[in-house]
Amino acid sequence: MADLTTDFLGIRSPNPFWLASAPPTDKEYNVRRAFDAGWGGVVWKTLGEEGPPVVNVNGPRYGAIYGADRRLLGLNNIELITDRPLEVNLREMKAVKRDYPDRALIASIMVPCEEEAWRKILPLVEETGADGIELNCGCPHGMSERGMGSAVGQAPDLIEMITRWCKQMTRMPVIVKLTPNITDVRGPARAAKAGGADAVSLINTINSITSVDLDNFSPQPTIDGKGTHGGYCGPAVKPIAMNMVAEIARDAETHGLPISGIGGITTWRDAAEFMALGCGNVQVCTAAMTYGFKIVDEMKRGLSGWMDEKGYASVSDFVGRAVPNVTDWQYLNLNYVTKARIDQDLCIKCGRCYAACEDTSHQAIAMKPGRVFEVKDDECVACNLCVDVCPVEDCITMTELDAGTVDERTGRVVEGEYANWTTHPNNPSAQAAE
Amino acid sequence: MPNAMTPGLVPERLDPQEIRDNFADLHPPLSEHQAHVAADRCYFCYDAPCVTACPTAIDIPLFIRQIATGRPEDAGRTIFEQNILGGMCARVCPTENLCEGACVREIAEGEPVQIGLLQRHATDSVMARQGHPFVRSAPTGRHVAVVGGGPAGMACAHRLAMKGHEVTVYEARPKPGGLNEYGIAAYKTVDDFAAREVDWLLGIGGITIETGRALGEDLTLAELVEGHDAVFLGLGLGGVNALNAPGSDMTGVEPAVHFIERLRQAEEKATLPVGRNVVVIGGGMTAVDAAVQSKLLGAASVTLAYRKGREAMPASRWEQDLAASKGVQLVFDVSPVEIRGNGAVTEIAFTHPESEAPVLMQADQVLLAIGQRLAGDQGLAREGAKIAVTGPGRTSLEKVWAGGDCAAGGDDLTVTAVANGRDAAEDIHASLTAGG
Repeated sequence: MADLTTDFLGIRSPNPFWLASAPPTDKEYNVRRAFDAGWGGVVWKTLGEEGPPVVNVNGPRYGAIYGADRRLLGLNNIELITDRPLEVNLREMKAVKRDYPDRALIASIMVPCEEEAWRKILPLVEETGADGIELNCGCPHGMSERGMGSAVGQAPDLIEMITRWCKQMTRMPVIVKLTPNITDVRGPARAAKAGGADAVSLINTINSITSVDLDNFSPQPTIDGKGTHGGYCGPAVKPIAMNMVAEIARDAETHGLPISGIGGITTWRDAAEFMALGCGNVQVCTAAMTYGFKIVDEMKRGLSGWMDEKGYASVSDFVGRAVPNVTDWQYLNLNYVTKARIDQDLCIKCGRCYAACEDTSHQAIAMKPGRVFEVKDDECVACNLCVDVCPVEDCITMTELDAGTVDERTGRVVEGEYANWTTHPNNPSAQAAE
Repeated sequence: MPNAMTPGLVPERLDPQEIRDNFADLHPPLSEHQAHVAADRCYFCYDAPCVTACPTAIDIPLFIRQIATGRPEDAGRTIFEQNILGGMCARVCPTENLCEGACVREIAEGEPVQIGLLQRHATDSVMARQGHPFVRSAPTGRHVAVVGGGPAGMACAHRLAMKGHEVTVYEARPKPGGLNEYGIAAYKTVDDFAAREVDWLLGIGGITIETGRALGEDLTLAELVEGHDAVFLGLGLGGVNALNAPGSDMTGVEPAVHFIERLRQAEEKATLPVGRNVVVIGGGMTAVDAAVQSKLLGAASVTLAYRKGREAMPASRWEQDLAASKGVQLVFDVSPVEIRGNGAVTEIAFTHPESEAPVLMQADQVLLAIGQRLAGDQGLAREGAKIAVTGPGRTSLEKVWAGGDCAAGGDDLTVTAVANGRDAAEDIHASLTAGG
């Protein structure tokens, strides 16, 4: 059996599956249930300043996007940070950590960008025995209007400043949670690193309106006829999150900075993909909110089974393995030529490949009598759309042309050597090949 | 109280409630959620094979997508544009041979998109609402006679009325609807659907139905041609083929269509007498409908005796399996040679290629489902035993069109009759408005 134990910033947990700071981690009762269900760690729901807690709306705080059979594909929320008193949360955190010493317990924190505010809260958190802190620089609604959350995450200088304060004021490892509501996530990540962050975690939720009620024209979730942008999460955001993770993992300045991956992780495979892109562990929320805490069983068994199959003894054996393969477009091999191939035995003759190619792409599929669909090699640019729309797995595949064969579309012989845009004759700023 | 073993033809072999339950909807309608899930399975095929397989060429991928996007009534309209009896067709079409048989998912995984049930979902959505989805064009002043109020006739009448023509439907029986009303298994069209569908269809306006008016009795074709701008004949097949075997006039022997007709018209099915041992002779849909319904009424044994092998049976494999699942025994390669009894039938003798002695089957009720034929002589050219037609139902006589089961070239399906009626109506309309 593969060893799922992870050591993230010196924080050990029996598996890499943590619950993200969110409703599932808002109080002792839930967190105990989570640990009993087998989660490796939790990031406690974000704590605010001492004093009267924030209030939440009293109408719907979630909105959803569904696939067929009401499968939840995306969830949006307008909930704020914890609306329970700070001292209650701290007391509960301490009790939980005492009873589950082998699990990771991280405190998510969001207080104003004032040194004093951080100086006041950090010792209180440290006193609970928490293993680390996560700075919430991502919450995109409500709190951002008050100059916190994503308002900080969108201002690299503020990130750096509060990170530095925290590093100065506490011995606990500092994780900075980043917002995706920004044009280039590397800026905030670099700022976190510059401030001394031990790690970044991402992504927080994405600004979104899930739907509009077409009877009363109110955005959803609707509060008394009005709506506001909420934070989008769940399976739908995974591709966006993975790109941001990869950008940080391969950036010269932030390469090597530990990352805790967040964003639509629903299965072991999602987790493995995030980890392959450089995440030392992952955080989950929507999947748990959709299916309950028991899903961690599937995640642990799935990851462990896959690791056994591949011969990975511990998670560090594959963390970051995909990072070197993420590159810029300009370095992609232009001498890699493929053609679509349709397996006639698997084809069910739906014609979707034909419609997609004929209507929207390169007219590279012929429809022959008897609904036989064949690729026209002299037109196929290998775009992969036919593969993507085909309802039958492996029915259409991309086959690489061997070096020395002729690409019927271009009439050129396929060259064996790697060559990219930087040296291409059509590139006005091409450098002569060495 | 009679029971399954009581000899002879008796009613109430089962508790009336059990019989009512037996005759409930064969395929209960999909709930809205079920419809969404079922609709999501459609691949929206290019030049979809299901459309090609539909005699009325309903744009199936489109209407399914309309259901998937929350517009079931629009989906219904898409169906009705092509097939005004889309509600009945959703219930009675042998979809396993038509759209669903052609569905790529049937080929891929043996589990087609539930096109029939989705069509019912869409058409029911429209019909549940007050009013009619189409608007009649301004009156043209033209008057067309439609003979026969079955699927072909009603489809023709509706399309003509929609175009603004005045239509009179002459129907021989007390009610319109044809086989939808008097034929077809009751469990395929529950809650008086056939009559409700006709009422709904008449919502277009401009259609008058005269019942009790039969061609060859109080109507002649010449009079109709004389008194109308065009005539459409949707006569159906009023005659039944006789069994050429001694004893077929005995008590307990009758055409299956008569049995089904009584059943369809009975308010309380339990009042219908049924035999203890029922033998249905034939191999088509009528045979299956009669056999299954005999079983549902409580007959102890029901045998469907077909003269050829299973592969040759006109009823689809799906229908055969339905019969078997209800407890009907299917016997193949048997030809009846004699019906025996003393006034009332007691047994039938069959030949079987592998048996020298005749095969005997006990029977106190024998239902003959060996085909129907066109009744009467309309004075029109025939092709085989049916009215010869060219193109969209043109007969040998000017101003006279024909379609449905009475016309040559069809396949005796409701949906084909609807297509015939619709297409003839378009042709009649074109001829009535030509040059003007």
